[in-house]
Amino acid sequence: MKALVSLGASTLDRIAALGRATAILTGALFAKPTPMKSFPLVLKQIYVVGVQSLLIILVSGLFIGMVMALQAYTVLVSYGAEDSLGPMVALSLLRELGPVVTALLFAGRAGSALTAEIGLMKATEQLSSLEMMAIDPLRRVIAPRFWAGVISMPLLAIIFSTVGILGGHAVGVDWLGVDSGSYWSIMQATVEFNQDVVNGIIKSLVFAFVVTWIAVFKGYDAVPTSEGISKATTQTVVHSSLAILGLDFVLTALMFGTY
Amino acid sequence: MNNRKVELFVGLFVALAIASMLVLAMKVADKGIAGNGETYNLHAKFDNIGGLKVRSAIKVGGVTVGRITNITLDADEFTPVVTLTISKEYDSFPETSSVSILTSGLLGEQYIGLQPGFSFDDESGILQDGDFIEDTKSALVLEDLIGQFLFSKSED
Repeated sequence: MKALVSLGASTLDRIAALGRATAILTGALFAKPTPMKSFPLVLKQIYVVGVQSLLIILVSGLFIGMVMALQAYTVLVSYGAEDSLGPMVALSLLRELGPVVTALLFAGRAGSALTAEIGLMKATEQLSSLEMMAIDPLRRVIAPRFWAGVISMPLLAIIFSTVGILGGHAVGVDWLGVDSGSYWSIMQATVEFNQDVVNGIIKSLVFAFVVTWIAVFKGYDAVPTSEGISKATTQTVVHSSLAILGLDFVLTALMFGTY
Repeated sequence: MNNRKVELFVGLFVALAIASMLVLAMKVADKGIAGNGETYNLHAKFDNIGGLKVRSAIKVGGVTVGRITNITLDADEFTPVVTLTISKEYDSFPETSSVSILTSGLLGEQYIGLQPGFSFDDESGILQDGDFIEDTKSALVLEDLIGQFLFSKSED
């Protein structure tokens, strides 16, 4: 009996949380647009969320590309197929690693910061003060952060993939001695813009939407105590990572499943 | 952090992303956005297409002139029908041309090799959109070759 009650309670809790999350999203997105006022706010948040994540994206993209070239080379060379290093590095970065690793890093670097910031605003009653001044916190605080995340992450993913491919070139061509011409030309023959590059960007957009939504919601919905904020921040990272990996499988199956 | 500096860094960030996008479009996925151009379709019936796939290349003397866009099975004769989409640049293949399914390297992917035929001045025309190429050679299937080899050995 007690187990049934707690099961019911947790189910209802989850559904209610989903409802609150949707309410926050619609409240932030579907409002009368005021571009003159909101554009500088979004710009500021792109700086915080996007530009400040650039370093970690550049470094990890470079090293992931380099490691992948090194690992792939040791296998490919035993079949005499080291010329296929280019398409291997490019396809795995564009289709999978670029969007996914960027989203994971973004959730850890920017998502947790968003949650903590908004949660602390709630705990120090800044959000209530905004409401007192007849400013909608959903539009003043949540919306710019949400849009900044959705805009920044695909850009970061593009940069990640490009830097990774260049890193793969550095290791494969300059160090291991794969022919530079065949690295690029076989890559160009294999990678298709619409199929691979565009689908990677679509993936990244979906991840951006989900991660930023989770981060913003967890912050706005946090219990306004120091313990509640720490829990919300942890939940942001865990839930976004799970959502990214689960969605990635679904999207990959939809986009590339038939090939 | 004053406003001007924020704007500058965001501008740099977006410029970097656009530059990366250009690298991806030009250097990684060649002739991606623009270069598809106008095409026309030819059809060819094979006995066996082996490992041929949609998007495999069509080559004339090693130069890629188009891609395969569709593979279906003829419902009456149970033979595969392949649709070849070829760039309009190369629109004057004689009707006597032949196609064969080739493999690049020992383990490479399969593609269609188009062998242009001779054009006699009046008698034969030029392949138009929707025409069938009559002269086709099927793919070499390794298992069949091994089977034939073993069979001929056992007869000796």
